[in-house]
Amino acid sequence: MAVHTINFEPDDRYNAFLKVCAKPSHSEGKLAGIAVAVKDNISTQGIETTCASKILKGYVPPYDAHAVGLIKNAGAAIAGKTNMDEFGMGTSTENSAFGPTLNPCDTGRVPGGSSGGSAAAVAAGMVRMALGTDTGGSIRCPAAFSGIVGFKPTYGRVSRYGLIAYANSLETIGPMATNVSDVSLLMSVISGNDRKDTTSYDKPYAHTPSADIKGLRIGIPEEYFGKGVDPDVGTVVRRAIARLEELGAVTVPCSIPSMEYALAAYYVICTSEASSNLARFDGVRYGPAADTKKSWHAAYQDVRKQGFGPEVRRRIMLGTFALSSGYYGKYYAKAQVARENVRKDFTRLFSDVDVLCGPTMPTIAFKFGEKSDPLSMYLSDILTVPVNLAGIPAISVPCGKVQGMPVGLQVMGRPFEDERVIDVAYAYEQAVKP
Amino acid sequence: MVTEKDVEHIGELADIGIDTSELAIFTGQFNAIVEYFDVLDRVHGDDAVARDLYNVMREDVVEPSLSQDEATRNAGAQEDGFIKAPRVM
Repeated sequence: MAVHTINFEPDDRYNAFLKVCAKPSHSEGKLAGIAVAVKDNISTQGIETTCASKILKGYVPPYDAHAVGLIKNAGAAIAGKTNMDEFGMGTSTENSAFGPTLNPCDTGRVPGGSSGGSAAAVAAGMVRMALGTDTGGSIRCPAAFSGIVGFKPTYGRVSRYGLIAYANSLETIGPMATNVSDVSLLMSVISGNDRKDTTSYDKPYAHTPSADIKGLRIGIPEEYFGKGVDPDVGTVVRRAIARLEELGAVTVPCSIPSMEYALAAYYVICTSEASSNLARFDGVRYGPAADTKKSWHAAYQDVRKQGFGPEVRRRIMLGTFALSSGYYGKYYAKAQVARENVRKDFTRLFSDVDVLCGPTMPTIAFKFGEKSDPLSMYLSDILTVPVNLAGIPAISVPCGKVQGMPVGLQVMGRPFEDERVIDVAYAYEQAVKP
Repeated sequence: MVTEKDVEHIGELADIGIDTSELAIFTGQFNAIVEYFDVLDRVHGDDAVARDLYNVMREDVVEPSLSQDEATRNAGAQEDGFIKAPRVM
């Protein structure tokens, strides 16, 4: 197959990239010659992959993530690796060990996180598409804050092989772009079965977006417009939903009672999984070397104290605590029951409605340093985490502005009805197209 | 209520390496977060894992994989093609 190269010399004034590939090669295919940016927690053979952490500085993966192999085979040129909150732990990209990414819409504000570099690279026009990952909203949040489209596929539809694990039961790789058609195109390349991921599902996505939503039933959960949600954001999103009604959709008020404890359940589960997954970073197989003359406890503690940032250390400790003897029943076991209740709420609602709509984020992008205590940052994930707990597909599509900053409309769908979620976003996008 | 002693113990279990100067701030943050987690006390029921699961494991089949050089290349300390680890005894 013919191999070509492109020139990629972006003006990265937003610190979107941790690594730029100046002359990436590409082959023929659906994505021929398209520059695609890849979040830095997705393995790229021969290209340094750090998860924006000092503990992986210098790590060069010997293999490609399954999704990366697929986009390369489809002709994409890997433009570089994008900045993120360290290991995906954050909502602002302020937790990167290599400095924050700036929001191209207002450089005094965060781009959202954790896939903030991918969002900024797309929003600033440096690349047409990017891969992000979404554990509790990490694709949808930066898409909403930076004014682009971000899609979190159904769990299992995109292989996680080569995605450096943070919270396996929640996270997925997904596409980001300026418009729904490009998101759909990238999704059609990265989805499908992979036997190297035991949670992979054999349901390839081969869909062309359709704007016909006549008769579609849209549930409007009251919690998505309730306490903690900026009323101006709510107004913009309600106006977008009214637009969907004009296109023939029917809206139905509804409620997700389990949202009362969904966020707590999410943070117990993701930190518990993180405490286990991140145990592998000990300076032996990769990253800065451990002092082999010391005893292993002392050597590991040195490496991990130096290598992990404060948020990562906090989450590893929270997870260790939630799983520790005496607390497991109170936190981890309860969180699993809460997760099941979230799933049941969605199942009940989806027996009556086809999709659910609401804001992606409760506010517009915040200013740097605005959320300085960890809990207030966690609370901004309230509208995105239920989707990850249930494993369902959801998209964020730009739907207007508040104080000059973008607002995202979130559309959530039944498991494996990724196509329908894409269609609703596409219908909205086409209706408001200038 | 999580104490500084608890946080020190958890840091030890997680091999995270905590300085005594960090204990107060981590403990304060821990308490705020754990207090928020207490909303889980209101969760009822115990049917967490009733799912339709089936075994996806298969017999191990030897296939071409990474070479020894590729697999060890990222290790900081190596000797004779092997990865060197801190002493355990």
